[in-house]
Amino acid sequence: MFKLIVRRLFLGLLTLLAITVLVFLGTEILPGDVAQAILGQAATPETVAALREKLGLNVPPWERYFTWLANILAGDLGNSLANGIPVDRIIGQRIVNTINLALYATVIALPLSLLLGLLSAAWPEGTFDRMTSSTTVFFISIPDFVIAIVLIIIFARELGWFPSVVHRPRWGDVPVALGQTFLPMLTLVLTILAHIIRMTRAAVLDVLKQPYIEMALLKGAPKSRIIIRHAIPNALGPIVNVVALNLAYLVSGVVIVEVIFTYPGLGRLMVDSVIFRDLPLIQVAALVFCGFYVALNISADVTAIMANPRLRFAK
Amino acid sequence: MTRLAGRTRSKRARPRPDGWAWAGIVIVAAGLLLAVGGPWVAPHEVGAIISESNFEAPGINTLLGTDTLGRDILSRLLHGARLTVGVALAATVLGFLIGMAAGFSAAEIKGRYDDFMLWLADMMLSFPPLLLALIVIASLSSSLPVLVCTIAVLHASRVARVGRAVAMNIAALEFVEVARARGESLVSILVREIWPSTIRPLAVEFGLRLTYSILFLSSLSFLGLGIQPPDADWGSMVRENLNALQTGAYLAVLLPAFAIAILTVGVNLIVDWLGAQSGRSISEELTG
Repeated sequence: MFKLIVRRLFLGLLTLLAITVLVFLGTEILPGDVAQAILGQAATPETVAALREKLGLNVPPWERYFTWLANILAGDLGNSLANGIPVDRIIGQRIVNTINLALYATVIALPLSLLLGLLSAAWPEGTFDRMTSSTTVFFISIPDFVIAIVLIIIFARELGWFPSVVHRPRWGDVPVALGQTFLPMLTLVLTILAHIIRMTRAAVLDVLKQPYIEMALLKGAPKSRIIIRHAIPNALGPIVNVVALNLAYLVSGVVIVEVIFTYPGLGRLMVDSVIFRDLPLIQVAALVFCGFYVALNISADVTAIMANPRLRFAK
Repeated sequence: MTRLAGRTRSKRARPRPDGWAWAGIVIVAAGLLLAVGGPWVAPHEVGAIISESNFEAPGINTLLGTDTLGRDILSRLLHGARLTVGVALAATVLGFLIGMAAGFSAAEIKGRYDDFMLWLADMMLSFPPLLLALIVIASLSSSLPVLVCTIAVLHASRVARVGRAVAMNIAALEFVEVARARGESLVSILVREIWPSTIRPLAVEFGLRLTYSILFLSSLSFLGLGIQPPDADWGSMVRENLNALQTGAYLAVLLPAFAIAILTVGVNLIVDWLGAQSGRSISEELTG
């Protein structure tokens, strides 16, 4: 089992490395000659060559990649092109804001969706199951920004209960911050809720089809006991897997939600820096996001391996 | 065996679409129709400013009102249909072509090549899609070919995995064995033997991917990184008119937003129906 987990971790590390190559390619090689861009079209070839020399652009790309990677690993993230502020000073608070929002959404979404999923699985094809099933299809089909807009119109514009923009979330004062970020949270919850409900239902139903459940039924065990004692422990592996995958999904969901609610998180920073082509910021934001994504995917796989004895000895 | 397969098929006559599936079919047909004919029937040019006041209420001149710059919303919706549906469809089809070529060939050739393809697909799948698109757009800036290719590449890895799994079962069947013995070329085996049998199982996947294309393109446009002005798809229309939320002229935002939602729900209704009717796996179907 440990061998398998180590292998998975190693693969994750490889993926991260591939991501750094991709980010480097996308932000350092493809956009063209930085020296030319800085000096403009009117510059003489000599001055361009001199600047290239100064910026270290005349060394081969792979050498530049390793210098770049070494700098980033050493914590030297460079300065923003827009205002010259060091990138690490800009992103610190942004990361905290994004993590807080994602945690808020997770804490609300998880228990709710697991409960609804279990209830649907307990009476498959029952009224409750049919209702949740059609509602979840609907929520899976519509884009998150449409959900956000409808929520803003209802709860911010018409009812006036919650703000529709969060310029400055005050996470120091938790109750205030929870109110401020209620609508962004609700949007995120609604986007992942449907997925977790459907997959929880499927995982539990899958277990309920097993012969030992029939055995328990024939023994005369009540339904609640069958689900709680027999089905849930065995469905836990797939469910934890689904949860981790959905948290990974939050990584991109959060980008859109932050833009709509002008929430000062890493996602909006990323989009803004893509629009203004602030390459050092893009690099770091992309690496942080991808790091989270890969880490969550790995933890999904590792829990799946640990929860399912059959996977432990694969190959 | 042919007789058997024929009997199975006639006994399991294709279930007729139910009400929901019909709704989906009507929606998708309407979407396609708008994509083809929309720009022709649009009363105004896409960028034409027809009114001095923005967010004008619907009236005789502008059936659905005007947007943030005083342009006709109906005309922009009709023009936007072509971009939304067209780009999504193009990206999905291209993604399927790449994905099927990779997946089918992996299933047929096997060995090292198969391992490599699987590894490649898994690698691609472990990138967060939106971030990948943002990096590509940051470096190449947004244009129609960049958008179509980016979304297609995102699809290709998943289609390759699903296509490989389906093709594995088919590549093991006798008629493919016969084709190999006949000395058919690899391309001919993939296109003439394997592909026809995968159409039905992959139809559901196609629908899912199409929904994803629409959502993804709309999201990018909504972020300002998709279709660029003066052109507008439905996602960019939502973005342009966001300030309507402050003024109370919700229609300018809600119309394009709901247009996207209705289209994706429509595709998913068909997907649900297709998924329910092909509950049996294709290999069962083929082996009787």
